[in-house]
Amino acid sequence: MQRRTLLISATTAFGARLAGARRANAANPFKVGFVYVGPIGDLGWTYQHDQGRLAMQKELGEAVSTQYVENVGEGPDAERVIRQLVSGGNQLIYTTSFGYMNPTERVAKASPAVEFEQATGYKTLPNMAEYNSRFYEGRAVCGAIAGHMSKGVVGYVASFPIPEVVMGINAFTLAARKVNPNFQTKVIWVNTWFDPGRESDAAKSLIDQGADILAQHTDSPAVIQTAEARGVFGFGQSSDMSRFGEKATLTSIVDNWAPYYIDRTKLAITGKWKTDSVWWGIKEGMVQLAPWGPSVTEEARAAAEDSKNRIAAGTLLPFAGPIKDQKGAVKVADGKAMSDDELLKMNWYVEGVQA
Amino acid sequence: MRIRIESRRSASRLLPWITPPFAVAATVVASAVVFAAMGYAPARTLFAFFVAPLLSVQSLAELALKAGPLVMIAAGLATGFRANVWNIGAEGQLTMGAIAAGGVALAFWDDDTARWILPAMCVAAVLGGMVWAAIPAFLKTRFGVNEILTSLMLTYVASLTLTSLVFGPWKDPEGFNFPQSRMFNDAETLPAVAGTRVTIGTILSFLVPLGLWVVTRYSIVGFEIKAVGLAPAAARYAGFSESRTVWLVLLLGGGLAGLAGAFEVAGPIGQLIPQITPGYGFTAIIVAFLGRLHPLGIIPAGLLVALSYLGGEAAQVDTGLPRAATGLVQGMLLFFLLASDFVARYRLAFAGTHSADVRPARPKAAAT
Amino acid sequence: MTGDILVALLATVVTSATPLLFAALGELIAERAGVLNLGLEGMMLAGAVAGFITMGETGSDTLAICAAALAGAALALLFGVLTLTLVANQVATGLALTIFGTGLSSLAGVNFTGRTVPALPALRLPLLSGIPVLGPLLFRYDALVYLSVVAAAAIAWFLKRTRAGMILRAVGESDISAHSIGHRVIRIRYLAVLFGGAMAGLGGCYLSLASTPLWVEQMTAGRGWIALALVVFAGWRPWRVLAGAYLFGGVTVLQLYSQGSGFVAVPTQVLAMFPYLATILVLTLISSGSARSRLSAPACLGKPFLAPG
Repeated sequence: MQRRTLLISATTAFGARLAGARRANAANPFKVGFVYVGPIGDLGWTYQHDQGRLAMQKELGEAVSTQYVENVGEGPDAERVIRQLVSGGNQLIYTTSFGYMNPTERVAKASPAVEFEQATGYKTLPNMAEYNSRFYEGRAVCGAIAGHMSKGVVGYVASFPIPEVVMGINAFTLAARKVNPNFQTKVIWVNTWFDPGRESDAAKSLIDQGADILAQHTDSPAVIQTAEARGVFGFGQSSDMSRFGEKATLTSIVDNWAPYYIDRTKLAITGKWKTDSVWWGIKEGMVQLAPWGPSVTEEARAAAEDSKNRIAAGTLLPFAGPIKDQKGAVKVADGKAMSDDELLKMNWYVEGVQA
Repeated sequence: MRIRIESRRSASRLLPWITPPFAVAATVVASAVVFAAMGYAPARTLFAFFVAPLLSVQSLAELALKAGPLVMIAAGLATGFRANVWNIGAEGQLTMGAIAAGGVALAFWDDDTARWILPAMCVAAVLGGMVWAAIPAFLKTRFGVNEILTSLMLTYVASLTLTSLVFGPWKDPEGFNFPQSRMFNDAETLPAVAGTRVTIGTILSFLVPLGLWVVTRYSIVGFEIKAVGLAPAAARYAGFSESRTVWLVLLLGGGLAGLAGAFEVAGPIGQLIPQITPGYGFTAIIVAFLGRLHPLGIIPAGLLVALSYLGGEAAQVDTGLPRAATGLVQGMLLFFLLASDFVARYRLAFAGTHSADVRPARPKAAAT
Repeated sequence: MTGDILVALLATVVTSATPLLFAALGELIAERAGVLNLGLEGMMLAGAVAGFITMGETGSDTLAICAAALAGAALALLFGVLTLTLVANQVATGLALTIFGTGLSSLAGVNFTGRTVPALPALRLPLLSGIPVLGPLLFRYDALVYLSVVAAAAIAWFLKRTRAGMILRAVGESDISAHSIGHRVIRIRYLAVLFGGAMAGLGGCYLSLASTPLWVEQMTAGRGWIALALVVFAGWRPWRVLAGAYLFGGVTVLQLYSQGSGFVAVPTQVLAMFPYLATILVLTLISSGSARSRLSAPACLGKPFLAPG
C-alpha cells in the first residue's frame, strides 16, 4: 500500500516551469479545493490540513489557487459541498476526513474529469485516491519515551475506537512494554474529538489513578495543559503543543500534510496524476515528531532517536511479533509482522492496554 | 412550564407577508457592512451568499434537499408548539427514526429486489420517532415531567445509541472497522430525481406541511389542539382532553422527525453513520417560529434558512469568507426576521387606540 | 480509594461543574422574572472569548472576568431588545442568539487561537487551606469557584428575603398584576436578562481562563444546554441548581473515572448516556408525588408582556 516518492525539493520558480504545462498558468491558475471537517481554528486535525494547504499554496505560487470549506459535517452536507467545489471549477479536491469517503466516491463517479484525494478512507477509483498517515509510527516513538520515563502507568485520552485510534494505543503500548514489561496504558474514551473541558476532566481522572504521563488522541491542547498544571508529562497531538505545557510536553506527533499536498498537486497540474493509495509515515515526513521537550531524559531521548531512525529506515516495525492480546493469547507470532491490511482493520488491544 | 404561543394580532393579513423581505434586505445591508469590515468585497460576497445558490438547477435541488427535513420537522413541531407542548428533541426523534429505518434495511440487506422494503423502512422510522417522543409524552401526562428537558436529554441518548450501534453490531463487516453500516442496497435507497440528489422523500417533505394545514384548519382535531394551547381551561370544559392532545402532538412531531430520518439515511446518505443530522431537529425549531407556526409560512422559512447554509458555503468557496461569518449572518437574518414580526403584529394594533382597555395587551394566538 | 484521590476527584467535579453553575444561576434569575433565554451557549462563548482576549492583552484576571461578564450581558441586551421591547418569540430568539454568539466568538477569537494565558490562580486561604482533608477539599480553588457558590447563596437570599427579589418573582408569576401595582415589568425583566447574560459570560470564561486556559472555537461544547436543563431540573431553586450542577459534574467525572479504573465492561457510549438518563430519572422522581407541587415554573415564563401604550 505504501508508495515511495522522492519529494522534489523546493524549486525557486515552479510556476514559471509550469508556464507551458497543460493546465495551469498565472492568469488561469489550477484550482484546488479542500473540505475540512472542523473549524480551521481547532488547533488540531483541520488546522494541520490547512497548514498543508498554505504550504502547498506557497510552494506552487501563482500556478494554483486554493479554496476551502470548513466545518463540514460528515453527514448529508458533505456531498453538497464537494459538488459545489466541482461546479466552482476545482480540478483537484482534497476531502480530509474518513466520513467523506462515500460522498467523495459518489461525486467522483459523477465527475470523471476531476481528481479527488480522500484522506484516511479505503475506497479508490480511477479519479479518486486515498491517502493516510502512519500516525502509529509516531505513537511508537512516544511509547519508547514513555517506557523509559514512566513508573509504569500511562493515561490515554481517546476519542472513538476506530482503527486509527486503536492502532495508536497499541503501537504506543507495545513500544513502552519493550522497555518496561509491566507497563500499563489506561484508556478513557471521551466520545468526542473535541471538548476541552471533558478532555481535561478525563486527563485529571487518569492522573488521579496514578498515570504519570498522558497521551491523547483528541484534538485540543487541554490534555497537555492539564499535565502541566498537575506536574506530570504528556504527548501532544496533531500539532506541536509544547507552548501549552513547556515542562510537561515530551514531544508532539505532528501531522505534516504539506509534502503530500505539494507532490500530488504538482502531479495533477502536469497531468501525471494517477489514482493511488498512499500511507506515508516518518520516512516521508508525513509524521513528524516535535523537538524533544526539556524534561526528556538522556536515556529516553536516545531511545526515541533510535526508534525514530529505525522506523524511518524500515528496520523497526512497530507491529512485529510476538504480540499478545489483552488476554495474553498470541495474536502475531514471533518473526512475523502485521500487514497493512490487518493494521487498517485493527479492533483488538494488545497486552497491557486497559480499555 | 407553560409557555403561551404568541402570534400576530394585526388587523392586516398582508403585513406578515410583506415584512420578511424587508428583514432580508436589512440583513443584506448589515452583512455588507460586516463583510467590508472583515476585508471582503461586499458586492461579490453578497452575491455568492444570497444569489449564487439560486442560479443553477443543481443548487436549487440542493436547496430543496436541505430545506426538506427542516420544513417537515418544523410542521410537526409547530403543531405541538400551538398546543403549548415544547418538544425540542426532534433531533433525537429523527435519529431514532433513522436507526429504525436502518435496522430494517440492514436486516433485509441480502434481498435487493423487495419492493416493500422502502415503505417498511418509512413505517419503522415513523414508529421509531414516535416511540422516542412517547417517552416525554408518557412522563408528562403520567408524572407531570417537563417535556423540554426530557426531550432534550433523550436527544443525547439517541445519538449515543446510534454511535454504539455503528461502532458495534451494525458496523459494516467489510468496512475496515470504521463506524459505518453497510451501504443500503438499491431497493433500500430512495431513487434520485433527474440527476440531482433530490428524492421522492424531499418532495413528500414539502407536501407534509400542506397536508397538515388542511387537517388543522378543517378538522376537529386541529381545533382541539388550538384550544388546548390557547385556553386549557376552556378546552377542558369543552371536553377536550389535555393529555390526549399532548400525546397527539408529540407523536405527530416525533413521527415526522422519524420519517425525516428515514428520508435522510435512505436518501442522500445511503447508510447509517454516526452523524446523520447536521442539527436539523434544532434548526427546525427556528424554522417553525420564522414560519410563525403556520404550515404555509414554514415552507418559505425553511427555504430561507437552507439558503443561508448554502450561501455560507458558496461564500467560503468563492471569497474565502470564514464559516464563522455564516453564523453571524444567520444570526442577523433571524434577528431581523423576528424583529419584523413586531411590525407585523403590533404597530397597527396600536395605531387606533380608541380602546379604553388599560390592561396590557396579551397577544392572542393565531387563528390559522 | 485513598483520601487524597477522593479529594482530587472532588476537585475535578467542582471545576467541571462551575461553568454550569454560573450559567444556570443566571438563567434562573431570568426565568424567575419570566424570560426564557435559550441563548446560553452563545453568551457563554462570548464570555469565554472576551475573557480570554482581555487576559491575553492586559494580563489582568480581574479585567478579564469583568470583560467576560460584560460580553455575556451585551448579547443578553440584544436578546432583551428583541424579546422584551420588540416582543419577538423567546424560544426562537434564544436559538438565534446561540448561532449568532457562536459565529461572533469565532470571528473575534481568530487571532487568539493557540495563544496561552496563565490559569486563574488558586486562592489558598491562609490557615483554612492548611486543615487536613478539609483544607484541600474546600479551600484551594480559584476565586471564580467561590464566587459561584457565593452567587448561589446570594441569589437564594435575594429571591427569598429581599423586596427586590419578591418583585422579581411577582413579575415572573403574574406580570399583569405586578404591572397594575406599579412595578415596571419590562425594566425588571431587562435587568434579569442582563444578569443572566453576565453570569453566562462568567461561566464561559471559567472554561477559557480556569478549567482549560485557552481559546478554541465552540469550546463550550454544549454546556449551555446542560445549564438550561439544570434550571428546570432544580425546579427554579438556587440551592438545587448548585446541587444539580455538582451532581451532573459528579456523574460525568465518575463515568470517566470508572473507565480508567477498568471495572467497567459496558460500551463507553452506554456509560456516556448515564448522566442524561439519570437526569430524566431524578426529574421524574421529583416531579411525581408530593414534591410535584413544589416544582413549579414561573407562571409567565416565556410569555411576552406589552405594557399599555
